[in-house]
Amino acid sequence: MKSLKAQLHSLADPEEELAILEERHPGGSESSFQKHLEQIGLFPLRPTPLQIFQINLGKMCNQVCKHCHVDAGPDRKEIMTRETMDQCLRIIQSESSLTTVDLTGGAPEMNPDFRWFVESIREIRPDVTILVRCNLTIILANPRFNDLPEFFRKNQVEVVSSLPYFTAMKTDSQRGDGVFEKSIQALKLLNEVGYGLKDSGLVLNLVYNPSGAFLPGSQSELEAEFKKKLWDKYGIEFNSLFTITNIPISRFLEYLIRSDNYESYMEKLLAAFNPVAAAGVMCRNTISVGWDGYLYDCDFNQMLDLKVDAPKTSHISDWNSAILSTRTIVINNHCFGCTAGAGSSCGGTIA
Amino acid sequence: MKTYYNPEDLKKFSKIGELQKSMADKFFSYYAEVFKEGALTAREKSLIALAVAHALQCPYCIDAYTTDTLEKGCDEEQMMEAVHVAAAIRGGASLVHSTQMMNKIKEISM
Ligand code: SF4
Ligand code: SF4
Repeated sequence: MKSLKAQLHSLADPEEELAILEERHPGGSESSFQKHLEQIGLFPLRPTPLQIFQINLGKMCNQVCKHCHVDAGPDRKEIMTRETMDQCLRIIQSESSLTTVDLTGGAPEMNPDFRWFVESIREIRPDVTILVRCNLTIILANPRFNDLPEFFRKNQVEVVSSLPYFTAMKTDSQRGDGVFEKSIQALKLLNEVGYGLKDSGLVLNLVYNPSGAFLPGSQSELEAEFKKKLWDKYGIEFNSLFTITNIPISRFLEYLIRSDNYESYMEKLLAAFNPVAAAGVMCRNTISVGWDGYLYDCDFNQMLDLKVDAPKTSHISDWNSAILSTRTIVINNHCFGCTAGAGSSCGGTIA
Repeated sequence: MKTYYNPEDLKKFSKIGELQKSMADKFFSYYAEVFKEGALTAREKSLIALAVAHALQCPYCIDAYTTDTLEKGCDEEQMMEAVHVAAAIRGGASLVHSTQMMNKIKEISM
């Protein structure tokens, strides 16, 4: 399977995606995300103090998951340079309100400067939580990645990993053949160095997202089910399960349209709009940095090429906290994915 | 094309109150109460509902509880087993009545 970009698919073009989100929105502009925010007094959406610095180290990935909002894969060559990482480090050092540096991709570990970057962050900010969104299979993809669990442990990195289900059939249908088995092996390796074990201080969280055009169920119930099944069948332990709603962009949007589920999925998101979740959307306390150093309100806006609405500080090299903290967050109808039901963010439910 | 069952009609379910409000209100609040997490988990209840939907062969309920069980984290295998439970009870219910037939055979045969 190739990325949409390599297929020269029209949905690899953010403008095309935005046109669909606007023109095919159920109820039209009267039921847009902006209208929903206006009704609850949240428009324009403003940031709260900056806590999370999410950095996309590149779109390269060893997997090609069907739902991937990054359109990542082995055929993507976009990767963050050390120069941009250096600029990120300066911000991580100067922005004292930051509590978390969230490293994502693609497979962030495939960036040749990944280890140097993690060690540098740890050195300048011993206090911050460093999160790595690790797809698990990367640990086994090449011998040079086999020691990642040990590297993570040494740098006190928190590991967040996707596992759509505790059976092979569902996991592989979303993430590719053989992914489940390799993920289980990788989880065992992480457990071996202490990740996910009670009182080890080494955090291993899993991410669940529905494998189709439906919403995630209760986070706590699914967590209990995953814990039981993974422990009983494989002796695997982890800390928490985050449920994430699939956002209607990129490859998931392509799936929705191809399977004729787009309108009904959007109707579902609309019907489940939750004002409490809307007040807690993650873009309020996050800045997302693209592989090329541009700044976005969140990873989803990044993929839609919706840069922060602050032209003077839209690149990391022009970072200006005062301007950023008073910006207006850029929204569109994909945002309904963050506000449905219990809400959804990179850290699971919101409300 | 006109059909008796239309998936769009499921969305109109809540409108049954337009003709009889108080009963509909009571039904929906009872319904919500039934499906809450209780001695059974919401997931277990959803699987029961899926099985009953098949026993009653209600296409609306089959659509609704296929989605609901998936959302609650059930997999295809569990869902199909639930349908087999419905099928077994339906089949069993027919077959167990054959004891009545057998009784009657005895009663009227020489
Ligand atoms: S592992 Fe993550 S980044 Fe890679 S293709 Fe899958 S969802 Fe996308
Ligand atoms: S998609 Fe991004 S901008 Fe929209 S609500 Fe979610 S986090 Fe905020």
